[in-house]
This record gives sequence, C-alpha cells and structure tokens, in this order.
Amino acid sequence: MKINDVILRTVTKAVVFIILTLGVYLFFAGHHAPGGGFIGGLVLASGIVLLYLAYDIETVHRGVPFNFKKVAAVGVLLATGTGIGSIFFDVPFLTQTGKYITLPILGKTSFSTVTLFEAGVALTVVGTVVTIILSISEEEEG
Amino acid sequence: MMILLAIALPFLIAALIPIFYRHVRQIHLGWLILVVPVSLFIFFTRFIRPIASGDVFIYTYHWIPSFNINIITYLDGLSLIFTLLITGIGSLVTLYSIFYLSEKESLHHFYCYLLLFMGAMLGVVLSDNLMVLYTFWELTSVSSFLLIAFWHHRKASRAGARKAMVITVTGGIAMLAGFLMLAQMAGSFSIREIIAMDISSETLFIPAMLCVLLGAFTKSAQFPFHIWLPDAMEAPTPVSAYLHSATMVKAGIYLVARLSPVFGGVYLWFWLVTGVGLLTLLWGSFNAVRQTDLKALLAYSTVSQLGLIMSLFGVGSVAYHLGYATENIIYTQATFAALFHLVNHSTFKGALFMVVGIVDHEVGTRDVRRLGGLMALMPVTFTIAMIGSLSMAGLPPFNGFLSKEMFFTSMLTIAQADVFSLQTVGVFLPIIAWIASVFTFIYSVILVYKTFLGKFKPERLDKRPHEAPIGMLISPLLLVVFIIGIFIFPNALGQAILKPAMASLYPDAPLTQIVPHIAAWHGLQPELLMTIGVVVIGLILFKLLPKWRRVYGIFTRERSFNALYNNTISFAERSSLRITNRYMTGDITQYFVYIYVFFVAVIAGYFLWSGAFTYDMSKDSKIEYYEWILIFVMIFAAVYILFAKRRMTAVLLNGVLGYCIAFFFVTFRAPDLALTQLVVESITTVLFLVCFRYLPDMRAERKSRSKRNFHVALSLFTGATVTMIGLAVLNYDRFPPVSAYFNDALALAGGANIVNTILGDFRAFDTMLEVVVLFIAGLGVYTLTKLKPKKEAPTHED
Repeated sequence: MKINDVILRTVTKAVVFIILTLGVYLFFAGHHAPGGGFIGGLVLASGIVLLYLAYDIETVHRGVPFNFKKVAAVGVLLATGTGIGSIFFDVPFLTQTGKYITLPILGKTSFSTVTLFEAGVALTVVGTVVTIILSISEEEEG
Repeated sequence: MMILLAIALPFLIAALIPIFYRHVRQIHLGWLILVVPVSLFIFFTRFIRPIASGDVFIYTYHWIPSFNINIITYLDGLSLIFTLLITGIGSLVTLYSIFYLSEKESLHHFYCYLLLFMGAMLGVVLSDNLMVLYTFWELTSVSSFLLIAFWHHRKASRAGARKAMVITVTGGIAMLAGFLMLAQMAGSFSIREIIAMDISSETLFIPAMLCVLLGAFTKSAQFPFHIWLPDAMEAPTPVSAYLHSATMVKAGIYLVARLSPVFGGVYLWFWLVTGVGLLTLLWGSFNAVRQTDLKALLAYSTVSQLGLIMSLFGVGSVAYHLGYATENIIYTQATFAALFHLVNHSTFKGALFMVVGIVDHEVGTRDVRRLGGLMALMPVTFTIAMIGSLSMAGLPPFNGFLSKEMFFTSMLTIAQADVFSLQTVGVFLPIIAWIASVFTFIYSVILVYKTFLGKFKPERLDKRPHEAPIGMLISPLLLVVFIIGIFIFPNALGQAILKPAMASLYPDAPLTQIVPHIAAWHGLQPELLMTIGVVVIGLILFKLLPKWRRVYGIFTRERSFNALYNNTISFAERSSLRITNRYMTGDITQYFVYIYVFFVAVIAGYFLWSGAFTYDMSKDSKIEYYEWILIFVMIFAAVYILFAKRRMTAVLLNGVLGYCIAFFFVTFRAPDLALTQLVVESITTVLFLVCFRYLPDMRAERKSRSKRNFHVALSLFTGATVTMIGLAVLNYDRFPPVSAYFNDALALAGGANIVNTILGDFRAFDTMLEVVVLFIAGLGVYTLTKLKPKKEAPTHED
C-alpha cells in the first residue's frame, strides 16, 4: 500500500531548512550560549533523517551526495587530530587555544581550536547516526 | 637521537608500504625494502670503532614522564652485536627473499611484517627502559606470529603461528611481572640504574628472577618451551633463517646476558641458566637426529645451539660471585665463548637455512627420505651446506670449531670450580656437553649426507632439480665468507666487537684480562681430544643409526610436550566455551538481569553500606502545578507501557516519557539538556521504527512464577535505587564537588557556556573517546547489517 505522504513532503521541504539552519546555528553558538558540536550534529542528523523519512533513499542521495561513513571518519580524525596537534606545540594532549580577532563585518569574533574539535564531534555524530539508520533501513529494499 | 630514528625507520617504512606498494609493479618490492636494512647496517657499523674504544651512546626521549617511562636508547657493546646481527642478517635475508618469494605472493604483507619485526627487535636490544623493552618484545612476538602465518591458507601455518604466539606471549607476561618486581625493588625502570643497585637481598629478588627467566626461556625456545620452534618452521624459509634462528630467538639470550649483572652470582640463577641450557642442548640435538624434514632438523638444531649459548652465560655468571681475582678470571671466558658462538651460530645457521630453502625451492621437497645425490646437480649449494654443517659440527677450519673448543674449555673449567655445590655434580657438565656434541655431529652429517651425497632418487621428486639462481646464492655465500673469515681472523672480531660487549657485561672487571686470545691450536689439550672423540664416535653412531633408531620409539607422540600443549589448549577452549555458553544465552532479558543485579548490588549496596544515603527535602522549592501535570502524564505513560500490546504503542509511550523529561529540563532552565533530550528522543524513535522490521510480533512471554516474581522485584529495586540516587545526590558529601572548578570557565576556557567548556575543554579527553566509541559503534552496526560472511572460503584449509 502506498501511503499518501504529500503533506509530509510539503512540510518537510520547509522544515528541513529550518532544522538544518538551527543545527548550524547551534553549532556556532555553542561557545557562549546553548548549543555546541554534539547538539548541532544531532540536529543536523535529525534533519537528514527527516528527509529520508519523507523521500526515498535514492532521491535524498542525489541531493545530499555524501558518504556518511566517510563523514564520520573525517569527524573522528578531526577530533583526535586537534588533540594530537597540541603535542607539536609542546603542550599537553588536547590543549585548546583561542584568540579574539576583530573582523570587518562580524565584529569581535573568537577563533579557537575548540571549534575544530567541536566540528569533529558534530561530523562524527551526523555521520554515525545517518550511517546506522541507513544501514538498518536499506536492508528493507534488499 | 639518530639511534632513535634508526629504530623508527623500519616502522615508518612498514607504515608506508601499504600505501605505496601498488605503484611498485616493475620491480620486486624487496629491492626497495632492501635499502632499509642495508642502510641501517652501515649506520651501525659506524659505531664499531667508538664503542670499541669504550664509548656508549645514550639518548633520552621523555615519552610518558608522569609514569617515569622514557624511551632511552642505550647502545653499548652488547647491544651493538645484536644490532649488527639484526641489520646484517636482515639485509642478507631480504636479498635472499627477493629470489625466494615470487611476485605473486602478497609481498607487501611480507615486507611490512618483516620491517615491523626488524624495528621491534632493534627496539628490544636498544632500550634501556624495561617497559619500552617489554613493548618491543611483545611486538616481536606479534610480527613473528604474522610471519609464521604468512601462508595462512595452510592449516599447519596457522597452528604453528598460534603455538608460537601462545608460548612466547605467556612467557612475555611472566616477564612483565618480573620487570614490575624489579622496578619495585630498584625504584626505577632503567636497566642501568637497576644494575647499579644491589637488590639481591630483597624478598622479591627470586620471584623476579624466575619470572624474567620464564620470559627469556620461552622466547629462546629453551626446554620444555622449545616445542613452538619446530612448528614455527611453517614460515617461509627467509623468515625461519632470520627470526627463528638468527635474531628473535636470541632475544631471550640477550635478556639473560643483559640482566646477568643483576641476577648473576646467585646459586639459583647459575643452575637454572646452565642446567636448562645444557638440557636444551642435549634434548635438541638428540631430537634433531630423528627428524626427516630438513627444516625441522635445523629447528631442533637451533634449539640445541641456543641451549649451548644459554648454558655458557650461566657458567659465565659464576664470575659475578667469585669476583675478578686472577685465578677466577677464567670463568668470564664462558661469557666470551657465548658471545662468540652467538655470532658464529648466526652465520652458519643462517647459511644452512638458506641452503635448505634453496633445496626446497629448486627440488620441491625438504624430506631427507626423498632427497639424495644432489651434489653433482647443485655444486655451489652443496659447498655452502658442507661448510655450514662442518662449522655447526665444530670442525676446523671453520668458526664453529673455535667457539666449540671454548665451550668445552668452559665446561671443563667449571667442573673443577668449588662453588654452588659443583664439587659433586660438576663433573657431569662436560659429559653432557660432549654427548650433545656427538649428536650435533650426527645431525650435521645427516644434513649433508642425506641431501647431497648418497643415491639420487629422481623418481621421488616432483621437479627436475637444478642449481639455484645466482641471486639466491649471494647471501649464503657471503655468510660462508664470514664462517671462514672468522676462523682465520677470530681476534679481529674479538677485539672490535666482543670486547666492548664483555666490558658492558663485566663493568667492574679488568678489561684486558677478560678478553682471551682466540687461537685455533692450543696443543694436544683435552678439548681437542674431545673433538676428536666426537668425530670418531659420531661417525660410528651415524653408520649404526638404523640399529639404534628404535630408541626414539620411547618418546611417542602421546608422551611428548606437544601432546601436553595440545591438551591444555583444547581443554582451555572447551571449558571457556562451556562457561561462556552458560551465561551468554542470547536472551536479552537475561542480560538485563545481569546489568541490573550488578547495578542494584553495587550502587544501592554502596549507599546503604557506607551510610551515604541522606536526604533533606526542606530546602527544595515548591512543586508548581504544571510540574504536577507533567508528573502525572509520565506516571500514566510509564505504567501504560507495561500493558501495551504492540511495539509501536510501547515506543510512542516511551517517546512521551522522553519528551516530558525534556520539558522538565526546560522548566529547570537547562536548555542544553532539553535540546539534546528532544533530538535524541526523536532520533531514537526513528531508530526503533526502523528496527521493527526485524523483530517478531510481541507475545506475552511464558515464564515461571518464580522467575516472574524475581523480575518484578528486580525492576522495583532498580527503580528504588535510581530514586535513591536522585534524592541523595544533593546531600552527598563523600567527595568534594567538582562544580567549583567550572566557575572560572570563561577565564580558563574562554567560554561562557560551561556545558560546552566541559565537553570541549575540561573533559575533552572524555569527549574525544566518546566520539571514537560512537564511531566504532556505527561501524559495528554497519558491518553487522551490511557485510555478510562469504558462503565458503575454499582457499583455506580447516
């Protein structure tokens, strides 16, 4: 039986962008306000999962052509890499550092290695969650 | 620093091989790899001169300073001998392997493991820190395992690899315990510092010694742990020549030599090292005679030669007890003989292994019953085998003769010593040595006679035998040059390489006196008579071999140490399977029972036992009306789950619970938690729904009444425990709270959101590992669902 999912699809089209934007916002807000790599990653993942629910896997894959296993692997490498990176500056493993730089439009902005670390966390979360859900659900076709 | 890089180089190249081997198609990969051992060999030869003049090279790299584990490379005379063997024989073996292994084999694996081994072995002999030494030590076991199982489609290879691994690693763990005891006694992991201290009166001294010896004996295939070495011969011949005769099996000897200044001079050490060494010598040579496979013969021969070297180190340790007065200095000669024979053994045994490899490669079999009369067909190989065997048998004019004579001298000398109750039993030592030498002579003759002389039996061979290509002959020929060269100029080796090693073994002794002058001709001494006796009796026994072969019938398969090993392994497998099956029932309810019983017992047990459970609700804020509503919704949902008939209902109700908790987080002003909870809840629900496909319909489970009651009670206890934690946590005062630590989050971590500064900065290590765990879990799900095992693997023997 084919489910009539016009409503779901229509809503998804609008909502996904809100979710994804929220995810990105949460990721960057994390330093001073609620948010961060883990939540940001989760929200992004939930947006993508919603896409998969509303459309089929092939359609989404055409729009979001990432290999999510690789995304997760890159995330893990980023997270561990920033940790190892600190060794080369002769400080203990996983030491984070940051700097405030005044940019033309954004004003006073902070740049820090913790952002890279959080990006690693976020990518791992997105990659792993989507990989798990895909690999379990894709079986249905086969 | 350079030495540390020298250790790192093989590892580095080994790591690069998997990336680059695809681009090497035109030439054999071995040619590229050959550069590594050759350049390392040249690098280490440059140390010969400064070390001979008394220098040592120490470099400290602070690896884990908080645990006092530093990578200290320490290059002295003793290490130098081993580094030269490792890199020198390594070069020759690599060269040999280029012609031995065809390009169809998975060469990148082979050379990757080989370099891994080379680096690890260099690490073993160059580390001053016991922990670092141990790490490299186990790494040699691992690479040996991989190399033995190189032809892993063969059952015997896999079994041999496992046997070697089990035995050497068991010994390795014992050794680790010994090292820890040593470090405990001396307060340092540094071998130099331990040697400098006198710890012989400590209570842990003897246990530490036994543990360390166990490690050394298993690694060096000493009786009764020798059984792994013959099975390790399933490895490709270059590997046997390299690891299982020239280098890795000598790691145990290195350890004994290195720690002799610590343990030497003690009664037990002397008797264990000498006794086990002599027993191994006798048993190995006795068993070598019965072998029909040439490699097995060489394996037992290696076992026995290792025993010989080991026993010499034992005899040499007497000098630590007696001191270095003029009349006692003679005992240090045994150590000198050990070092000398160590080098000699590597030359002739390496050459012999390569010869056997050539025979195997060109004739197609190593079975002496099928071989014979190859002399005319393979003249060069025959010459090499002849020289190697005669050197092994201890005949002039080859280097084995010199060290064998010194071995007899040492045994004759020690027989007359009057320490360690040698007065009574000492006379047996030279007798055992002599008997073992007779057997050594017999198997050396067998090796040459049965293979190259006698009758040619082409009907029993699969291939038409012919001489090996020149490339395969270069390495053994070079070794033969050494065999003869060392005989002619033994003192060049003695002064340049053995003397500094003696200096590092006997730091307090007068160096000029402990290095004897090696001479081939001593006059008509007992040693020479013993050698003549060996030749005469050996030849007679060889001729009469068919008559007394029946002796070996006593040592049947069922009564061997192999049977003991096999029974132990299969018993361990069966009993662990039985134990595992008892608790791994495949029933999830059962697993939950384990988890919650443990949880209740430990957590609730702790709170009740320690009296930490206190609560005080007087300071709690008022519960608002909307909170009451939430609570009732949650209670309703939670109770209703129990009566849900369909999975979907249960999951949705579970979702209700989750969202309500998120609501609570909102009312308690924890937006981070609320957000996380909301998203996690949504994704979990999706996950549940995806998984449903695979689950059967929910049915009421039929359980006995007592089981059901137990489950209900356990659930109630679990709930009560969680409630108790919730109540007690505000008044818990056993540890100082860590929250004060995060007050300065902005200043310390530059972030106002302390949740995030905890995740990303204060506890970043946890977060990092969690990320890794998450990733591994994802990979696990992927592999479990996507990758199906192949139906059959026809290339593997069972």
